[in-house]
Amino acid sequence: MSTSEFDSVRPPSPPGGRRGGRRRRGGAGGNVGADGSREMPMVPDVEFTSYYGRPVVKPAPWGEEIAAYLFLGGVAGGSGLLAAGAQFTRRPRLRRNSRLAAIAAIGLGGVALVHDLGRPERFLNMLRTIKPTSPMSVGSWILSAFSAGAGVTAAIEFDRMTGERLPLGPLRRLLPVVDGAAGMWTALFAPPLAAYTAVLLADTATPTWNAAREELPFIFVSSAALASSGLAMVTTPVAETGPARHLAVIGAAVEFAATKVMHRRMDPVVAETLHHGKAGTMLKWSEVLTVAGGVGALLSGRHRLIAVASGVTLLAASALTRFGVFEAGIHSAKDPKYTIEPQKRRLAARRAAGITDDSITTVG
Amino acid sequence: MGQLSGPTNPTADAHWADPQPRKGFFTDTSICIGCKACEVACKEWNHNPRDGDLQLLGSSYDNTGSLGASTWRHVAFIEQGHDRIEQARESGRALVGLGMPGVRTSASAPISGAAASSDVLPTTALSSRPTIPGPLDTTPPDTAEFRWLMSSDVCKHCTHAGCLDVCPTGALFRTEFGTVVIQADVCNGCGTCVAGCPFGVVERRDDGTYATNGRPGAHPDVPNTRIAQKCTLCYDRIVEGQTPACAQTCPTTSIKYGDHDDLVVQAKQRVHELHEQGMTEARLYGANERDGVGGIGSVFLLLDEPEVYGLPPDPRVPTADLPRMYSRAGLAAVGMIAAAALSFLTGRRTGRGR
Repeated sequence: MSTSEFDSVRPPSPPGGRRGGRRRRGGAGGNVGADGSREMPMVPDVEFTSYYGRPVVKPAPWGEEIAAYLFLGGVAGGSGLLAAGAQFTRRPRLRRNSRLAAIAAIGLGGVALVHDLGRPERFLNMLRTIKPTSPMSVGSWILSAFSAGAGVTAAIEFDRMTGERLPLGPLRRLLPVVDGAAGMWTALFAPPLAAYTAVLLADTATPTWNAAREELPFIFVSSAALASSGLAMVTTPVAETGPARHLAVIGAAVEFAATKVMHRRMDPVVAETLHHGKAGTMLKWSEVLTVAGGVGALLSGRHRLIAVASGVTLLAASALTRFGVFEAGIHSAKDPKYTIEPQKRRLAARRAAGITDDSITTVG
Repeated sequence: MGQLSGPTNPTADAHWADPQPRKGFFTDTSICIGCKACEVACKEWNHNPRDGDLQLLGSSYDNTGSLGASTWRHVAFIEQGHDRIEQARESGRALVGLGMPGVRTSASAPISGAAASSDVLPTTALSSRPTIPGPLDTTPPDTAEFRWLMSSDVCKHCTHAGCLDVCPTGALFRTEFGTVVIQADVCNGCGTCVAGCPFGVVERRDDGTYATNGRPGAHPDVPNTRIAQKCTLCYDRIVEGQTPACAQTCPTTSIKYGDHDDLVVQAKQRVHELHEQGMTEARLYGANERDGVGGIGSVFLLLDEPEVYGLPPDPRVPTADLPRMYSRAGLAAVGMIAAAALSFLTGRRTGRGR
């Protein structure tokens, strides 16, 4: 509560203030969050008060590296799956390119993750324990397992490309077996790699991410599928990318549908964060590019140029989805409105339904 | 791994060989005078560095802002006028009417009497209390025209702690006293706990957090930078049988430390007492083990809605929904494999290499 009758005797406020969204110590002067009169014009039907407009929950201290990792991890996971499919259906160029894409994407993604840690030199502490309640812990193990498989398959491709120059000696006889097993291993951990990041975001008190918990896994795996397929359409001749095009179309369709469901099901106030500001712009463009890329993939057939253009479009769509969802969440944590209003609403709804024993506020 | 939600004993869940009684705070904001001695004592004992650039925030007497990496006690100041006091009194009274456990049997009759008297005598509602026995009235003079709310906020040491659940390294752990502590030498600063806390308590002490971003003139010799930090309930003091620094220093006993179960009983008695005095705005925060975080270790007595103090009105530990999230993610992963398999089966015609 930062409104009172005494606000009128305070010095006038600087113009442009709006309820919420102001940062603690965010401005230049010492008058930040000072003046309650900015809180006065309230939406009449919503009982919303806050402590000087300051956030209730704290946003994750994550930079854009994490958003980039969401994208790169998806590309890696999808590519691992495509490589395995290509391996079993004997599409050597799709297999080679997807394997190289997987190791490149997961390598870059891993670097981004470590770089974003507060203490990068302690990154191995991630593997200190296996903790099912921590999506970050589970994800670290998935990432490690996937990277091991992707590393082996990429080394085998490197060996092939350089004319079997790797000094393997008598072990070379084992190579076909290792090739198959490592491909399977990578494919096994590819879908979890694409999906766990959704749980990582949803299992937080960040309003937008938590509210998206039902649909976010589907959005993220679809985004991974269409991005990796898009990359394959760019790198690989059309003769071998038939499955990638199909996967891109399925991914685009599912992502489009899952996003619509998410918007409809989410608390209307929290859903604002997906429509407004930078995140809103990114997610709008992501939707447009997803549809465009999906249609392009459907129609490109044997036209290499259309395939490349569609692939680039799909990659951009996926990146925008990830950055948009990331940004929307960070924004939602910084404005107390997105924490307090939905919580008050759900509490009131439970009380209206006769459930009065689970409130944190009691009188006895 | 214990259960993820609902009433439980967190110390037993953590499998301590010799669990101690759960320790906690009871912060009675009705007798807080806003002296901030708790903030100072906390900083001194825990060697926490200066937070910010000594700016005046202009929000009443609160120039601390909020809990953070270097601020483990934060005194909130809220100025309110007559209307807002009446609203708070109404909302507190409404909580009684809801039929919450514990209060109706002993307190409903005096409340209605006091409420009636406050309607009749708005300016002297508190000094004319016919229901209070005793020869000497020692209550301080009060007015219904305005009030200051002062509340010393702190880590809640939840029964189901979001920060602890999502920590990937095991740096956060449950002590034998049922409290939640970060091991500074294990934390690698991933920041997941910051987002995992439904109360916005944990923060990473660095330039990467939004609160400290671009802060000029960083404090010299700051310990434990770039890792998550929060109140330890003075783990180093309570293992020696000492009282946490903030509770030790509190001059009005607004901050009480002790066995959690005793404090909850004490808190319930106190809220009854205040309701009997006509202060129906009094309510407890975190004393209900059936709430979204399974009850909290640091119980508060508030005099208005929680969000007025910057506390979430209906917090829920995100991990409570984790099994559901994992199953949704599993379904999505299976769907991804199915989509890939379908794509390769239908994409077969377009041609083969080799």
